[in-house]
Amino acid sequence: MADQAPLICKDIHKTFAELEVLKGISLETRKGDVVSLIGSSGSGKSTFLRCINLLETPTSGDIIVHGDPIRFTTNRKGERIPADNKQVELIRAKLSMVFQGFNLWSHMTVLENIIEAPINVLKVPKKEAIERAEAYLNKVGIYERKDYYPAQMSGGQQQRAAIARALAMEPEVMLFDEPTSALDPELVGEVLKVMQSLAEEGRTMIVVTHEMAFAKDVSTQVLFLHQGVIEEQGTPKKVFDNPDSERMKQFLAPKF
Amino acid sequence: MFDLKGYGPALLNGAVVTVELAFLSLALALVLGLIGAAAKLSNSRVAVGIATTYTTLIRGVPDLVMMLLFYYGGQVCVNMLSDYIWDTYEVDFFFQFNPFISGVITIGLIFGAYMTETFRGAFLAVETGQIEAARAYGFSTWHTFRRVMVPQMLRHALPGIGNNWQVLLKTTALVSIIGLTDMVRVAEEAAKAERMPFHFFIPVAFVYLALTAGSELFIKWLDKRANAGVIQES
Repeated sequence: MADQAPLICKDIHKTFAELEVLKGISLETRKGDVVSLIGSSGSGKSTFLRCINLLETPTSGDIIVHGDPIRFTTNRKGERIPADNKQVELIRAKLSMVFQGFNLWSHMTVLENIIEAPINVLKVPKKEAIERAEAYLNKVGIYERKDYYPAQMSGGQQQRAAIARALAMEPEVMLFDEPTSALDPELVGEVLKVMQSLAEEGRTMIVVTHEMAFAKDVSTQVLFLHQGVIEEQGTPKKVFDNPDSERMKQFLAPKF
Repeated sequence: MFDLKGYGPALLNGAVVTVELAFLSLALALVLGLIGAAAKLSNSRVAVGIATTYTTLIRGVPDLVMMLLFYYGGQVCVNMLSDYIWDTYEVDFFFQFNPFISGVITIGLIFGAYMTETFRGAFLAVETGQIEAARAYGFSTWHTFRRVMVPQMLRHALPGIGNNWQVLLKTTALVSIIGLTDMVRVAEEAAKAERMPFHFFIPVAFVYLALTAGSELFIKWLDKRANAGVIQES
């Protein structure tokens, strides 16, 4: 059997009050794909990412995670809501997210942050969860900080810990929401390096980013969003070197 | 040693009553506070309305008035209910309001309202990113509440809880008005009988002081534990 697509999104729309933020975004990934979502602020790329793991509920459209379509229903007010919260929890456990603001749980040490979800959500035995956490901490290069609290570390270290937390779920797809945007410029590199090594291992990743070099050199697929629609889509070579869209050309043009 | 003219054991018993009253009221206040905060933060307009009425009413009426109202009014209500049950079902149901129970209920209700505000503010102070991370990792609502919301909320709530507790502890003295033989009541009787107010009230004051000072240390210790992982600005 051919590998099942880890994630398919079909015609995702999202409307906040009157404002239509996403106007039909579709995405199909294969295993090992690294998809970069680029575009200016307000283009809807983060909203799209948040729709994938249901932090926002799409107004319409389908999300299929490893062959499992998310079921929706309508509440009394006529809003679309997930039909089965248990299903949403299971699906979220397969799509771990790395946030712009790290969002490590500040009352837990790094190690506690990493083992919390594997133990309580995936029901991994504690001993195994700790071994797994330590292996991933080694991988992101902050093993020696495992007993620190997030506030005692630099932003780059916190983000690497957050990546280890995401890895410990052994997810189908990793979602990165502008993972380097909150970092000081000199700390961006250490996080990008970790992400690049994950891409090389063949992990499926969806990355919302402003780091054009990363999108160009690491991704297999680039989506350029503008005002809630995909303006340009394809391999990085195609999107960066030979874009069809006027908007994409403007976006790439030197700013000063 | 200080000669308590034979009132020593009675005063000691009174002190125990004071402490029991304070702890039971605190337990009730914490439960009511959590329920009140949950109601105020809920999406249900009815729940918000009830909780808001509760806190507005309680915080606007003097503690002493509430105490008298509950003690005397409470008994009248129980009597009426008892008569009604006897008349309709011929079941003998009676419940004697004693000062201790009235005290716990009244103080619990009063401080439940203050705790509601403390908890509400504390829940609101938890960063949304912390809750979002929990949701994004597949936590159930209950797991998010227990493992993320509560520990983070406590950091913000503990100073307020400590404050409320100290005031609560001192408010227990009011229950002597409705005849509970707590430490204050015993001291009052002794002071009258012996005509020695200083002799009896000053030790009582020191007991309160010891209790509040002790709890302050305990709360500091709790605060330190709850704030593990927070860089303290000195």
